[in-house]
Amino acid sequence: MAAKKKAHVWRVGFFLAYRQVKRASLWTTALIIAVMTLTFLNLVVVNGVLVGLIESSVEATRDRGTGDVVITTLQQKNQVERSQDIQNVLRSLPEVKSFSARYLGNGVLNADYRRLLRQDESANSVGVTIAGIDPLKENAISRMSEYVVEGSYLQPNDPDGILIGSNFLFKYTPIEVSGFQTLKDVEIGKKLKLTVGSSSKEVIVRGFVKSKVDSTDFRVFMIESEVRKMIGRSELNVNEISIKLASGATEQDALRLKQILLNNGFDVGARIQTYVEAQPKFLKDMSDTFGLLGNMIGSIGLAVASITIFIVIFVNAITRRKFIGILKGIGISPKAIEVSYIIQSIFYAVTGSLLGLLVLYGFLVPYIYANPIDFPFSDGYLYAPLSGTMIRVVLLITVTVIAGYIPARMIVKKNTLDAILGR
Amino acid sequence: MKPDLKENIIATRGLKKSFVDGDKVTEVLKGIDLEIKRGEFVAIMGRSGAGKSTLLYQISLLDHSTSGQIYVDGVQVTGMHEDERVDFRLKELGYVFQDYALLPDLTAKENVALPLIMQGMEIPDAYAVAEQTLARVSLSHRINNLPSKLSGGEQQRVSIARAIAHKPKILFADEPTANLDTESSALILKIFLELNAEGQTIVMVTHEDEYGDATDRVIFLKDGQLSEER
Repeated sequence: MAAKKKAHVWRVGFFLAYRQVKRASLWTTALIIAVMTLTFLNLVVVNGVLVGLIESSVEATRDRGTGDVVITTLQQKNQVERSQDIQNVLRSLPEVKSFSARYLGNGVLNADYRRLLRQDESANSVGVTIAGIDPLKENAISRMSEYVVEGSYLQPNDPDGILIGSNFLFKYTPIEVSGFQTLKDVEIGKKLKLTVGSSSKEVIVRGFVKSKVDSTDFRVFMIESEVRKMIGRSELNVNEISIKLASGATEQDALRLKQILLNNGFDVGARIQTYVEAQPKFLKDMSDTFGLLGNMIGSIGLAVASITIFIVIFVNAITRRKFIGILKGIGISPKAIEVSYIIQSIFYAVTGSLLGLLVLYGFLVPYIYANPIDFPFSDGYLYAPLSGTMIRVVLLITVTVIAGYIPARMIVKKNTLDAILGR
Repeated sequence: MKPDLKENIIATRGLKKSFVDGDKVTEVLKGIDLEIKRGEFVAIMGRSGAGKSTLLYQISLLDHSTSGQIYVDGVQVTGMHEDERVDFRLKELGYVFQDYALLPDLTAKENVALPLIMQGMEIPDAYAVAEQTLARVSLSHRINNLPSKLSGGEQQRVSIARAIAHKPKILFADEPTANLDTESSALILKIFLELNAEGQTIVMVTHEDEYGDATDRVIFLKDGQLSEER
């Protein structure tokens, strides 16, 4: 009996809501839906851009730096032991798409070495990390040639050529603070002096590289044979190996490869990490912080939306107070009247969210992915995983339903006769 | 003395209604004992402010009395909870208001069908009954019109159709012809007389003598008390 009555309540509620929405002013309905759509986008996009800022940085580090798995030196060692064995194993694994072995050393790059400096003048030089690479293999891993912003990429047979990361150049990183120096007046083709320990070499600037990944932008690149000579490495052990799996590889795939390398005992002489493990902690913290910030901003949007719906439903219910009174007068259950307003709220929230989803996944996400927002430290894209978005849809609908129910309940509770007579 | 609840479909004992405005208390109904028989067509008349509409609202369960008892169809309704009153109104009573009180978002047919759907009737069945009832008040050609597209007389006939579609025990009408021209008023009265001839109990508030004369009985109110019957 009670279930039957409940069904009648919902049927009448739907009957009334459908006709109210159908016969309402098109402009009013469009305006409410537009508010809901914008609220939904505010909820998702603000958070998505903030988190996307960091996520894109993480993605870029994986894509252009660490690869899916990265092998580096142990803290107490200065090279990756059994580098050749590791590379042989990697060559034998079909899931490994490419890898790049790098020799690393520290040195000083001097742009003013041909003239004597005055006593009060500081040298136009900078301390750098030099990476010795096989340009072809490196390009297969990090697509570095695509990020050469001036000049050209390194050629395999160019012993004098260098690529300079943009963070060493005042031109690209115009910061002058104590402890952080950059090179000024360095152009393509200019000769610089590279010093590593007691070894010095005149090098020629071939290009500047800017990939918004620190392991590229904070390094100077030369061909590996020259770096080996300069750092005095007689063995073929390298300092870093970045490994890329086939496209679409997941963290699980990276973990599987790591396990293979561990099974070979390579962890005794090297540190083996997946791209997630190699991710700097501050990036993880920033991602969480930005997510929180995005949620806070989104919450304000949600509050605005709930107040908007409250006002819309309240004004609607107030102006229909007489008709609500008539409905009660002719015996329509107050619950059915409340349900009709709840259904209207759901309609506005669902329609707004659906439109928002369409704009989000049909336009914003692909557009921003194709045209990333150019932040100084990353190419920001819109991070909007479907699961998180759906949680926000549910949140928006819930808040809207509550915001619609409260004013409807307030008006429905008024005295029936007073409502009918407009007292 | 308790009224005869078998013979009388409506009965009141010592019915009072007061309105409070700050410190001022206005007693509109001053202890009314009233009995209306089943199948009777009763007009409540009186001067403006005599309390006739207030009396109608009390006995039709639209308002709460200050004191006294009201019996409707054998049930003492004075202590009823609001939800029960709504349910009672839905099943047992029908209303025709002075200003028609139609729902502007619903067509004539939907207005008439709504109480039937609330009672549990399937929508197509409710529509069928609504169409039959609208035909009875000569509005077959206007069933899909919104109230705003209907004349005052037509709106009042839709209102009557809505009030009688679920076959209520009592039909209450509060000055149903007050806003209508003579022709439309005569048509409304004709419908009421036909309904009454079929056994429908009707209680109508009116200030027009000629309509009062057409009823079985006229109850006159003066200063919140029954003054005479005719």
